[in-house]
Amino acid sequence: MLETKGLTKRYGRHTVVDDLSFSCKPGEVLGFLGPNGAGKSTTMKMVTGFVAPSAGTASICGHDILTDTLAAQRRIGYLPEGAPLYAEMTPQQFLDFVADIRGLSGNERRQRLDEVITLLHLAPVLNQSIDTLSKGFKRRVGLAQAILHDPDVLILDEPTDGLDPNQKHEVRQLIRSMSEEKLIVISTHILEEVNAVCTRAIIIADGRILVDDTPKNLTEQGDGDLDVVFRRVTQGSDLPEKEADSCT
Amino acid sequence: MHMIKALFRRELQSYFATPVAYVFIVIFLMLMGTFTFYLGGFYERGQADLRAFFNFHPWLYLFLVPAIAMRLWAEERKSGTVEFLMTLPITPMQAVAGKFLAAWAFTGIALLLTFPIWITVNYLGEPDNGTILAAYIGSFLMAGGFLAIGSCLSAFTRNQVIAFVISVVVCFGFLLSGFPLVLDLFAGWAPQVLVDGVASLSFLTHFADISRGVIDLRDLVYFALVIAAFLYANTIVLGWKQAD
Repeated sequence: MLETKGLTKRYGRHTVVDDLSFSCKPGEVLGFLGPNGAGKSTTMKMVTGFVAPSAGTASICGHDILTDTLAAQRRIGYLPEGAPLYAEMTPQQFLDFVADIRGLSGNERRQRLDEVITLLHLAPVLNQSIDTLSKGFKRRVGLAQAILHDPDVLILDEPTDGLDPNQKHEVRQLIRSMSEEKLIVISTHILEEVNAVCTRAIIIADGRILVDDTPKNLTEQGDGDLDVVFRRVTQGSDLPEKEADSCT
Repeated sequence: MHMIKALFRRELQSYFATPVAYVFIVIFLMLMGTFTFYLGGFYERGQADLRAFFNFHPWLYLFLVPAIAMRLWAEERKSGTVEFLMTLPITPMQAVAGKFLAAWAFTGIALLLTFPIWITVNYLGEPDNGTILAAYIGSFLMAGGFLAIGSCLSAFTRNQVIAFVISVVVCFGFLLSGFPLVLDLFAGWAPQVLVDGVASLSFLTHFADISRGVIDLRDLVYFALVIAAFLYANTIVLGWKQAD
């Protein structure tokens, strides 16, 4: 269970996230959509306890992120934007470190490590420094650390950004395969992704929720094209630019 | 404690995964040797002690320790890994302590590798090894003080060069705070209590006490307090930086 109440972030006079309230339950894959700078990443940073909100709060499985930070963070697996990793480490060392911090030990630890390494096909690069890995592998290492402790809540900031079509397909399959028992929030500006994996879509712009609906309904509103709905709600008109392509 | 250990291990591992550790240690040992034998006149003094060696530690640390400390937080911020780190279920205190202790252990390793000079002096004469041990402890504590300052300051910026330069300046202030260069800044207007307070902050005086072989509880407490205060400030700075 993930819940935000009046989540707000202001930088000086500029309001990046404006009184955002929503809740989300296990089994849902929530797609967070919006143009660049809409406040998607900032919301995720607040929900995971990295950035302190100016007002409001979020709770994860009943643990408030501001007052019960560690308990909340234990339930979360988080892939920050751009999947930052310690470049000088190898995936093996990196995952060992995460397993230490996540308190995994003994059999469970070995099992979980094996599982994520197989799931994300990391075996061939385990002992190569992360520095030298391709973008796709780096992203997968980032995903591996996020799911290593089998968290109840997965928060993935642009999980497929910069991946090739095959890798995108794999990551989406992975997300779908985990979606039954977990609560997953992904942010993206690739609209096809929403149709591919999400059970619910929230479109935000200027830090406010504009639309909260299922991808199916949204697509119908746009006569079969999610792009149309996206442009209509975020720009108020049907402008010719395709925001959705800016990331590829 | 378990978390600090995991962070400590990761951090120390990182030093040795890059050339940083090796370059640092080699340069550290070369400079130590050069200063001791040429500038310090180790042989010319004709005495079986390591004064010529320890006298240069504060000055070497002034530049080398900020070079170690500058990356502690600035690099994490630059590469974005700080976001990964601080969303793990660890407290800021644990993160700061783990990183600091790893850096401190690293300087400890570099310091231990100066052991040939200790062998040399024991080969040449009969030095007071108790005094030498005390001076090593003092030197290690002083390195910890410099590191804590550098770690705190590196949390302010994502630019390592800025972190380095500011750290050198602040460390220089601490080093010389018992001397006219710094005291004159306060002498004109500040009450005598403050001037005395500033004077008593000098790393040099506290280190000089210890390196004479006198391990005074006050000197130990002094370095412990400097380290604790700056690490505490470090966690506060991290909190600020996360808020904006």
